Parts: sequence; structure tokens; C-alpha cells
Amino acid sequence: MVNPNVQGKKYPATNPYLVGREKIREFAHAVKSTNPINLDVFAAQAAGYTDVVAPPTFAVVVQERSLATVLGDPEADIDFSRVVHGDQRFIHARPIVAGDELVSVLEVASVKTLGAHSMVTFETKIFAEGDELVCTAISTLVVRGAE
Amino acid sequence: MTHINIASLEVGQIIGTEEFHLTRDSLVRYAGASGDFNPIHYRDDFAQSVGLDGVLAHGMLTMGVAVQVAVNWVGDAGKVIDYGVRFTKPVFVDAQDGAVLVVTGKIGEIDAENGEVRIDLTAAFNDTVVLGKAQARVRL
Repeated sequence: MVNPNVQGKKYPATNPYLVGREKIREFAHAVKSTNPINLDVFAAQAAGYTDVVAPPTFAVVVQERSLATVLGDPEADIDFSRVVHGDQRFIHARPIVAGDELVSVLEVASVKTLGAHSMVTFETKIFAEGDELVCTAISTLVVRGAE
Repeated sequence: MTHINIASLEVGQIIGTEEFHLTRDSLVRYAGASGDFNPIHYRDDFAQSVGLDGVLAHGMLTMGVAVQVAVNWVGDAGKVIDYGVRFTKPVFVDAQDGAVLVVTGKIGEIDAENGEVRIDLTAAFNDTVVLGKAQARVRL
């Protein structure tokens, strides 16, 4: 059972994550993207970007770093072996591009209990240099209760 | 601006259907790219020990693959400004045959004033829909 008292808890900003061009290409191949904007610097620049653009779900890599902090927080008491991903959303103020240095700040938006199960929703705000909001990632994990 | 003329679009219009073949290799590749090394995505023995029928795809892999239909239509991955899904059913990936994900996108909503459209995605595995409310908002 997730501790309901962590609702509203904010976790400190993660260390900066430098988005690499090859990391974007690797991730793009993994999600079966063939979009030149993800892969080809010249195509991305011709479309007005400074470098290759990350696929729409790439922010999960940054979100994960904040989530790891929560999953390791004894106060939240989340048993990772019982976690199922319920839903996920990424709202982009602008796309992530290679060269971005990103930090994320996570807040536990809600903790709900449904019988033996808990549903925890996290809101992770991802910022580039100068506190520029790039993406808000919203993730709900379902934590199954003990049988 | 993209090559798509928003005035020519209609709600309900299909923008594309694509098949994606996921294999165990795809799962290992995604694990490495994303950093999600949960062994339920590459070890049958581990998956079975937690009550699953076998290895399943990362929900985030299914989500990331499905949106490619919208990306390919608009032609620019950076134009997807809001994308959300619910993970409703697992995609089991057979060690030999893998799994085929069939993704169809259609126009769900047109916001001509802001030059945005909502693409509703249907992702099916073995004729079962595996993502709920899969919606991508795209800026044209």
C-alpha cells in the first residue's frame, strides 16, 4: 500500500541530463521511427531545429530519473515489483532536441486507493537551461496489493 | 507549417495504418535505449515467476511505436505536442514469432484556429486493442 501522505510531495530537481544526438538516434530506432527529423541533422535543421529532435516519448528517459528517486523513497513505500504502468502522457511546450540539458522536478499529484490496489499519479516537469519548461510528463502507476 | 492543408481534413478520416513487427530483439533494443531493464521484458522465467504468461513488450515501447503513424503523416516528430495513452492490455512477444502491432490513426478533432488536430490511434495485437484513449495532438 502506497503511503497516501506523500500526495503533494515534491522531489528535488535531478542532476542535469545532457541529450545526446546518438542517444536520440538510438531511441528513435528503438521505437521504429524512420522520421528524418529524428535521425538526420540536416533534415532537422532544414525544418528549423538546431539539431535532431527526440521522438515524442523520449521524455520518459528523463522522467525515469525522477521516478527512481520516488521508488527509492522509504516514505512513499512503493513496491516496484508490484507496479504496473497505468497511463502516460507528455505535453510538450517545445520538442526536446540534441544538446538540451534537462532537469526534472517531480510532484506526487495524487494517491488513490482502490481496494487492495493503489494508483499513484506523478507530474514531472522537465526544464531546459534557464528554467525553460520543455515538457510535462504525467504518469500513473498501479501498485497491486499483496495477495 | 507542414504540407497538410487543415481545411481539407475531416473528422473520422483515416490518416494511415501501419504494421510493426516486435521481436525479442526489439524489446532488448528498447530496454537499452530507454534504460528500462525490468526483466519481465526479456526473461520468460522471470515473467512467469510474477504470474505472467511470458515476456511482454514495454508499454512505453508500444506507446512510442504507435505514435509513429501520426509522425509519418505529419512528417515531423517535433509537431506532436501532446500525446497520451492508457495501457489496457499486455502485448506478449513470442520468442520465435514476435508480435505484430497494427496501428491505425484517424482524425479525432480539428482545431483550425490554432492549426492543430487530434489524432486518435488504435493499436491492436491479435485483434485486441492494447492502448486506451491513445491521442496525439499535432500542430500543422
